[in-house]
Amino acid sequence: MITFDKVGLTYAEADAPVLADVELTIPEGELCLVIGRTGSGKSTLLRAINGLVPHFSGGTLSGRVIVDGRDTRRHRPRDLADVVGFVGQDPLAGFVTDTVEDELAYGMESLGLAAAVMRQRVEETLDLLGLPDVRHQPLADLSAGQQQRVAIGSVLTTHPRILVLDEPTSALDPQAAEEVLATLQRLVHDLGLTVVLAEHRLERVVQYADRVVLVPGAGRPVRHGDPAVVLQDSSIAPPVVELGRVTGWRPLPLSVRDARRRAAPVRALLADRRPPTPERRAPGPPMEPLARVDHLVAGYRGLRVLDGVSTGLWPGEVVALMGRNGAGKSTLLRALVGSKRPTSGRVRLGGVAPDELKPTELLRHVGLVPQEPNDLLYAHSVALECVQADRDAGVGAGTTRTILERLSPDIPDSAHPRDLSEGQRLTLALAVVLAARPPLVLLDEPTRGLDYTAKHRLVEILRDLADAGRCAVLATHDVELVAEVSSRVLVLADGELVADGPTPDVVTASPAFAPQTAKILAPQRWLTPTQVATALAEVTEVSL
Amino acid sequence: MRPQHLVTHPRSLHPGAWWLWALGLAAAASRTQNPVPLLLVLAVTGFVVAARRSDAPWARSYGAFLKLALVLIVVRILFQSVLSSGSQGPTVLLTLPDLPVPGSTGLKLGGVISLEAVLQATYEGLQLATILCCVGAANSLGSARRLLRSMPGALYEVGVASVIALTFAPQLVTDAGRVRAAQRLRGQSGGGLTSMKRLAMPVLEGALDRSVELAAAMDSRGYGRTTHRSRGSRRLTGLLVFGGILGVAVGVYGLLSGTSTSWFGLPMLLAGCVLAATGTYLGGRRTGRTKYRPDPWALPEWLVVGCGLVPAVTMFWSVRTDPASLFLASATTVPPVPLLACAGIMVGLLPCVLAPPLPRVGPVAPVGTAPVEAAA
Repeated sequence: MITFDKVGLTYAEADAPVLADVELTIPEGELCLVIGRTGSGKSTLLRAINGLVPHFSGGTLSGRVIVDGRDTRRHRPRDLADVVGFVGQDPLAGFVTDTVEDELAYGMESLGLAAAVMRQRVEETLDLLGLPDVRHQPLADLSAGQQQRVAIGSVLTTHPRILVLDEPTSALDPQAAEEVLATLQRLVHDLGLTVVLAEHRLERVVQYADRVVLVPGAGRPVRHGDPAVVLQDSSIAPPVVELGRVTGWRPLPLSVRDARRRAAPVRALLADRRPPTPERRAPGPPMEPLARVDHLVAGYRGLRVLDGVSTGLWPGEVVALMGRNGAGKSTLLRALVGSKRPTSGRVRLGGVAPDELKPTELLRHVGLVPQEPNDLLYAHSVALECVQADRDAGVGAGTTRTILERLSPDIPDSAHPRDLSEGQRLTLALAVVLAARPPLVLLDEPTRGLDYTAKHRLVEILRDLADAGRCAVLATHDVELVAEVSSRVLVLADGELVADGPTPDVVTASPAFAPQTAKILAPQRWLTPTQVATALAEVTEVSL
Repeated sequence: MRPQHLVTHPRSLHPGAWWLWALGLAAAASRTQNPVPLLLVLAVTGFVVAARRSDAPWARSYGAFLKLALVLIVVRILFQSVLSSGSQGPTVLLTLPDLPVPGSTGLKLGGVISLEAVLQATYEGLQLATILCCVGAANSLGSARRLLRSMPGALYEVGVASVIALTFAPQLVTDAGRVRAAQRLRGQSGGGLTSMKRLAMPVLEGALDRSVELAAAMDSRGYGRTTHRSRGSRRLTGLLVFGGILGVAVGVYGLLSGTSTSWFGLPMLLAGCVLAATGTYLGGRRTGRTKYRPDPWALPEWLVVGCGLVPAVTMFWSVRTDPASLFLASATTVPPVPLLACAGIMVGLLPCVLAPPLPRVGPVAPVGTAPVEAAA
């Protein structure tokens, strides 16, 4: 169906090729998962399938990409629109029309299908993706999961044989991600569609994949094959695979179900061991909270986003803020930095209200890395950005650069912040925030687009912050990260705080928030493969 | 009679009809500086928007246009009363300390501010503000993107550019808000040139990235995929269309400025329309594009367009027969009420009953359950 024949690609003004000598054949009806670190060329590989690379991106393509018998060198993306459906990273950025129905019909209109055919296919697609209730609604008013499904539907209506998706679930909460993946699964099984998708959250998708393509980056050869084989020694692996490596299961389990069926002996070994509990310093006197939120109500024009939230944040904590898309996580963070004024209730940062602080004082109390780290950055180079941050924070020259060096040592001074990878940009924004030494650091969705290596780095940074007596709060959908790093979890739903407690208690209470390790070893409360590895090592030592 | 001809059959009106209606009102407003008809036009647009807009995001834009219009009036008053020496009259309101400026420039800084200058500036500002609100009304009643759907396939490049522009502008505003909030987090209080520079960089770069992304999405979904089209025919289409648009522009200018000779206006407009229509027809015949559920153009559309045309025609007629009531001889006189023009503008109010009501948007009621309203 898709053949890459000695494909290489070098972007204009780049020294080294992104892809070199890619030999790959994807047969019809397969669900193919493309993995690799950020910036390794996954997106380039996906975009080469429908000709966006090189027709839209520029650069030099060597070799040939043949899709359903058509050579992408001679066919522009629009000429392949009836064979390949392409869904980009941000569904909202790719919407051309205003409402769901119009968006679904858009591709068919371009192909010039008859009106009667279009009517019928729109109805079929609405049913297939579970969207009939929102058919007339404006796209901007839909939830993130619905938007992603509309984006998929809008390319399905032209009846393509191949569906290409770039990180379809990375911005979604666990429930919405399930929705989208279930849809893809159905398309592969019912319609025999060939699906190629790139994803960082392997724990969500790897179990559905027939084949994994590992793009190692820097022009090194692409590896592909059976998921269990490719993942055996890959540095990128979901927790279930890591657990499989720790326990020595062969072939590697890819789903919770596979692993659980083999987990009984491990559970028996671990039966009399206690999982480590996060140490929680006693709240209240003598420890003063860094921030207090009392009966906070906040919203936008008639819509109550936060509805009576009360909690506190203490030094030495890493707090995870979870909840559906639109549950009020970002609004709570914005209220903590004073960008969102409370309708009623109050927010206090060590006794003062954040919205009354002058900006120059605010950054000494609290720092926020926004969802889009770019918003914080505006210089032309990393070096200039660091100098500017020193000046903003009123600290000695070189402070920011030193912090950045510790967080991520390999960022060149001369690079433009926009050319950095997602992970590097996040660390740069974090370094800028940390320069003023705020005791409270907030991160909004820090793991969007981060690979496992960058995530491990982030975990270490957050632990260091907590050890230094500061408090970090992260709003995230990533249950694995939460299990790894946080000591306390807050769950928001419909503007109210529905759970507030130590991580093990909260995440094991509901399957939606449980990490894979916890699901495999339930009812025991192990959260990460690392915990299990440590415990197993102790057990074997004792038995020797 | 087919249901779309009924004015009571719930559906959304063709956006083109709303735009033509609003343009008619705007044309009427462009020919007078009498505040009475101008305020009437403003009230008519506001009333119709309140009666017939949906609750979609773009329908909320009328308020923003209204605010912009108010700013426009205030700026106009400030500039004219404080900076211009030519428009001052005998009724002095107050005297500000002034800076000497060479007398021949017609400029001043401070000094005498007269009632005449303030009123004149208010009326002129009001005229611009009214025209702006007409555009705002069109924008919130008929989605501009849906209007583009009705555009002929021949205009591929123009279509891409317009869709990107339509996405670009509102996104720019949201981005600017977000980046401003982020600036505060870096200890910047906002204001000043450096802060503007810091705002512009991330906002413009982000908008540019998104535009490229949107264009890529459109391309990969087959937009502009044309079936057999030769270079020659493409050139001919382009020439006809752009010649036509030029003709329309010149014609509209001639018609609205009212100063040029009569051969300039209407015939030029008609010739332009014919050229552009031929061009788009020729081009459209060659693209293989079809339309999904095209917006019908039925009786209500004709009625609404008519309701926009009447104010324009009566206003143009009044300017010819009774110019004194539409352009005040002195700003301080009590503005007269031009009866014919006002009656014409009132016709513009009819679409709030002539345009069909909007269908109720929301989840479909499950089969077998009666709507709550019916049961109550």
